[in-house]
Amino acid sequence: METLEQIKARVEALWPNARLELIANESPSGQRSLLVDNASALRIAEFLRDDPELHFDYCSNVTGVDWPELVTQTKVKKKTVVDGVEKEVEETVETRRPEYLEVVYHLYSIAKKHGPVILRMRTENRADKANVPSLTPIWRGCEFQEREAFDLYGIVFDGHPDLRRILMWDEFKDFPMRRDYVEPDDYEYEPTPHDEVMEKAKAHAAQGGKP
Amino acid sequence: MIDQGLRSELQKQGVFTTTLEEVYNWGRANSVWPLTFGLACCAIEMIAASMSRYDLARFGAEVFRPSPRQADLMIVAGTVTKKMAPLVVRLYNQMPEPKYVIAMGACAISGGPFKQGYNVLKGMDRYIPVDVVIPGCPPRPEALIHAFMTLQDKISNQKLTGPDRPRHLVENALSEFPVPVYGEHDLVPPSNPKLWQPPVLVR
Repeated sequence: METLEQIKARVEALWPNARLELIANESPSGQRSLLVDNASALRIAEFLRDDPELHFDYCSNVTGVDWPELVTQTKVKKKTVVDGVEKEVEETVETRRPEYLEVVYHLYSIAKKHGPVILRMRTENRADKANVPSLTPIWRGCEFQEREAFDLYGIVFDGHPDLRRILMWDEFKDFPMRRDYVEPDDYEYEPTPHDEVMEKAKAHAAQGGKP
Repeated sequence: MIDQGLRSELQKQGVFTTTLEEVYNWGRANSVWPLTFGLACCAIEMIAASMSRYDLARFGAEVFRPSPRQADLMIVAGTVTKKMAPLVVRLYNQMPEPKYVIAMGACAISGGPFKQGYNVLKGMDRYIPVDVVIPGCPPRPEALIHAFMTLQDKISNQKLTGPDRPRHLVENALSEFPVPVYGEHDLVPPSNPKLWQPPVLVR
């Protein structure tokens, strides 16, 4: 199979406007992925499926990732000249990661017996612009899995033929897999609470509920 | 009421005496028809219990009815998700009296391993009255048979008159229970307070 760099180069040769990015993976698996921009995602997906060399005819898995806004402060030592004397001064540098939702597709080729290639797409934010293009027109098997990502993460797939909740009921308003999801307080008697369950029990008791 | 010693003496002579209550309960206890109804892995054990190796037919319960209108017993076998809970309550409401419920396995009792999740009902007894509970994950078919025998004992010992007579003999007794509706964050109401109250912990 071609490497991700080769695939990226070929796509960029076909569509110079397409913005692709290789996402590194620090974990032992080292499985890298290809971040594609939403505007050209559908074309790229079609290319990956129809190209005779790549021929990714099977989308095995669609999942979502929630990335809330994260501000990290790191201390950096800087050398500055104060009153003619060189001094080392510590400065705190704030790095801000914007909030977004991410969709991950795992593609395999059953005909060519290769894969996976991992595609990623990102939404603009987590609230009103949580849109990505649906790849169900390319791989029909994505339909239910995209519905699941919509149900649990609130990712809106533009162009999906039937975007409804699939696991939770239609009247449900929350997105349970998001990190800021607050679950309903239907605390059940727990004989030996510990860790997160203990915190849950204490929060329940603090609200005046019976422990 | 006939004396127990006289009764056994008469029986030795070939005279069998009984009471209406005993005949009535004997008939009820030995032809309990469960509802064909499984939710998760516990249902596999329930199926095994009804098949030839464990043979629930020995206890008169081999006829798993495909309609709640013909069933006496609901075996809640498996995880009750919040999406499924209103349907379970509705099925229970559609069963004619007298009706009984066995909560089979940890999930049906308390939510089991999924108790801390957002989508699983933390015990079927929040919405419908449960007669027998079987712990286990899943309980073995023998455990289900034991639960079944416990239920038979319970039916056999029910008094047909008096204040503690079964629900189906009480006029105007509640036999339907409110079906929860899907809310925006949880089921509404999250439990039936007439049936279930959270246990008070003394620490």
